[in-house]
Amino acid sequence: MADLIHLTAAELAARVADGSVSAVEVAEAHLARIDAVDEKVHAFLHVDREGALAQARAVDESRARGEELGPLAGVPLALKDIFTTEGVPTTVGSKILEGWVPPYDATVTKRLKAAGVVILGKTNMDEFAMGSSTENSAFGPTGNPWDLTRIPGGSGGGSAAALASFQAPLAIGTDTGGSIRQPASVTGTVGVKPTYGGVSRYGMVAFSSSLDQGGPCARTVLDAALLHEAIAGHDPLDSTSIEASVPPVVEAARTGSVAGLRVGVVRELRGEGFQQGVLNRFDESVELLRGLGATIVELSCPSFDKALAAYYLIAPSECSSNLARFDAMRYGLRVGDDGTRSAEEVTSLTRESGFGPEVKRRIMLGTYALSSGYYDAYYGSAQKVRTLVARDFGRAFEQVDVVVSPTTPTTAFPIGERVDDPMAMYLADLCTIPVNLAGNAAMSLPCGLADEDGLPVGLQIIAPAMADDRLYRVGAAVEAAFQARWGHPILEEAPAL
Amino acid sequence: MTVTDLVSYEDALASYDPVMGLEVHVELGTKTKMFCGCATTLGAEPNSQTCPTCLGLPGSLPVVNATGVESAIRIGLALHCEIAEWCRFARKNYFYPDMPKNFQTSQYDEPIAFGGYLDVQLADGEVFRVGIERAHMEEDTGKSTHIGGATGRIHGASHSLLDYNRAGIPLIEIVTRPIEGAGERAPEVARAYVAELRELIRALGVSEARMEMGQLRCDVNVSLRPHGREKFGTRSETKNVNSLRSVERAVRFEIQRHAAVLGDGGTIVQETRHFHEENGTTTSGRVKEEAEDYRYFPEPDLVPIAPEREWVERLRAELPEPPLARRNRLREEWGISAHEMQSALNAGAVESIVATIEAGADAAAARKWWLGELARRANEQGVELSSLPITPAQVARVAALVAAGELNDKLGRQVIDGVLAGEGGPDEIVEQRGLRIVKDEGALGAAVDEAIAANPAVADKIRGGKTAAAGALVGAVMKATRGQADAGRARELILERLGVTE
Repeated sequence: MADLIHLTAAELAARVADGSVSAVEVAEAHLARIDAVDEKVHAFLHVDREGALAQARAVDESRARGEELGPLAGVPLALKDIFTTEGVPTTVGSKILEGWVPPYDATVTKRLKAAGVVILGKTNMDEFAMGSSTENSAFGPTGNPWDLTRIPGGSGGGSAAALASFQAPLAIGTDTGGSIRQPASVTGTVGVKPTYGGVSRYGMVAFSSSLDQGGPCARTVLDAALLHEAIAGHDPLDSTSIEASVPPVVEAARTGSVAGLRVGVVRELRGEGFQQGVLNRFDESVELLRGLGATIVELSCPSFDKALAAYYLIAPSECSSNLARFDAMRYGLRVGDDGTRSAEEVTSLTRESGFGPEVKRRIMLGTYALSSGYYDAYYGSAQKVRTLVARDFGRAFEQVDVVVSPTTPTTAFPIGERVDDPMAMYLADLCTIPVNLAGNAAMSLPCGLADEDGLPVGLQIIAPAMADDRLYRVGAAVEAAFQARWGHPILEEAPAL
Repeated sequence: MTVTDLVSYEDALASYDPVMGLEVHVELGTKTKMFCGCATTLGAEPNSQTCPTCLGLPGSLPVVNATGVESAIRIGLALHCEIAEWCRFARKNYFYPDMPKNFQTSQYDEPIAFGGYLDVQLADGEVFRVGIERAHMEEDTGKSTHIGGATGRIHGASHSLLDYNRAGIPLIEIVTRPIEGAGERAPEVARAYVAELRELIRALGVSEARMEMGQLRCDVNVSLRPHGREKFGTRSETKNVNSLRSVERAVRFEIQRHAAVLGDGGTIVQETRHFHEENGTTTSGRVKEEAEDYRYFPEPDLVPIAPEREWVERLRAELPEPPLARRNRLREEWGISAHEMQSALNAGAVESIVATIEAGADAAAARKWWLGELARRANEQGVELSSLPITPAQVARVAALVAAGELNDKLGRQVIDGVLAGEGGPDEIVEQRGLRIVKDEGALGAAVDEAIAANPAVADKIRGGKTAAAGALVGAVMKATRGQADAGRARELILERLGVTE
């Protein structure tokens, strides 16, 4: 059974569908893998063995009744612990929600279940998705399967690590400033941030509502597309959800091609301070695209230099309000309720001990940025930068079909290296943040290993809003070309666990 | 500050000019809440009408109630406001246990309606125009019940119970422009404004606007400035003044209190105050060291609202007749004075009278029954007139029977008795109780003869030309027939038998 865990989601679904393997066998193989390696990796916060097996059995029974199975039926998945799951704990990586069992499923959770996807459990993450290393989880860090002493990226480090360590062929992440793409980049996997509004946010615990977007994570571009199609589409429960049909992502992933495509390289996303090995792999990727028939266009997007600063005003502002509900009144942690203290005191004590330092830092930043007398200078100015970033993207997409850049300036850094240096940590999202500010779609996929450390490097592809299919068309072509060059998927280079 | 320290109202007005601002919250009568599908039924089991969204559970999201937006636009239009072409919700951030998200989804600098007015009529018929600054949409909070302390206050309570059924119920907040120039009539203007607004809300059918149920809540802001000065004085904000009478009293009290403070050379603190129904005074609320900063910002979970002009114009065209204009029209149709109309309005009888007239009664009869017998019954039972178990059609039927001479007023009251007691409709009760006027000339003639025989002295007076004395004999006839005689016919027979003509 060991090689079941190395199959792609598409292959697993085909085997379940043709009966050569049962969904229960597939689930058991992955649960066994989790048992074998997750003590070292710590990708999961909660493994839902019974729920997974029950869902797998349901898929097998459905097949036995002769019902047609969906394209991902029986495929296991690791779900970021930011989506609510009815009856299964949801912590968002925070002590303040430890032990909370939601009474309802997120729309993404519902759609996964409806598609026959087998949810193995909930994955580790930076607390409330705030971070780029998963070190901000209240439940301890996750190791990068390429080197367990290094970070797997964040905030969705658990999901990316689960994929890279073959504990699951599919995972779900969320991306507010890069939390899907940066972990994909540093773990040699594929991650997609769909167009804002493409995937429902209902039941996805909010960090920064105007930036948050759930999306697919996988080991191949096609698998990501299949998962994208399963979770995307309009949801009446999310008023920011787009009322349009899902772009044809699966078809695009099956017909990957860049011939005749105009590809932009943005000067501001390839600047100083980038690791040389990252720049080398990126330059090779650009050459590879040219070789595949794409036209390369150099572009400048001057507002991108201010994107990081704007992001660190908008996201904390929204989070300061979104996280106000954690007040010990209705759910989650309650500290100091000994009958002598007022509700206000209990709320303060709970928030003091329930939130970690990074969450507190951002709540304070946001509270300050929104406060009377400072609003225009901070939140107001940041919104203006946001408009400029969107305008720069708009101008760029008049000239090119997609934009490419390195996903993140460096490869996976050692655990602990940046914990005391928030600015260094924030820089990890330099290339990914402009996309969230503009609401566009973007993908990260592996483009090789850095010369200095032999760790994965990610290539970011950016498409205009609602043109998510372009990511898959380009991504599939790049993936095929690189694999032909390497002779195998990049994860085969990773050390055995 | 105690009551005895107050300056007399007349003295206060002699020195100062009051300026008011009124903020009214109207709870809309939509079937579901503003941002989720939960029911809004009053009096349900605590926390039975909640869901992830109105409980603010992690991950939940709001979706705007289209009927709530429509109601807001209709209120705005009825207040002669402009309707925003594009506006957003905003988050008002502050912590309170009965507010599930610890922010209220409201509107800030982009209200859906702005720049209107409402004409209100004072007791002497004068019309006063109150400017409307804005009307905006927001959601209600949950309800806290404090247990173990004195009189339900949080101070000294051992614990509190939270009911989130009310959380998320749509509210429209209507804010006036500063009301200047009301002078000594400021309390009356304030009361008339809230009363007129309530009528308007009811006429639109967007809320029952019952103040005693908290469906319409009023905050009263008052400031004073010396006569001749343009700049406003510092205002006090008296919260939750929840009856028309209290609105009037609160304004009056605050004018007197401000005048006393200012007269002593003191300064008014901008603060929240509580109104006390029992003695008509206000006291200072919790004094905050610094002004609350609500950190408003546009609600990122909701898309902007851009009401289509065509829709807005359709809603405008469908607005009902404004209540004040309608009352004036009815007053003329009914041929009554402004004062009489006011009494009908105060009694909550206008709609019932209109419906009774529509069912065939004449205006005088309809008013007589509703403002007389029925108002007395409602008052006795302590219920609203409209909630008595009798329909306008039934009242119209009683009026018709009286007009046709089938019943007299006394019998009519007995029929109404029967209807209110649930015995059936007017005709059934007339039948069952045998209440028809005695028209049998033989029986009536016998009763008349008996009355004459039993009262020879009175009969003599009548024979002598004192026809006014016939009333005593009519009374005797009515008594003998247990009220079922036609009094007019009895009088005719008496005079006929005694050979007298009038």
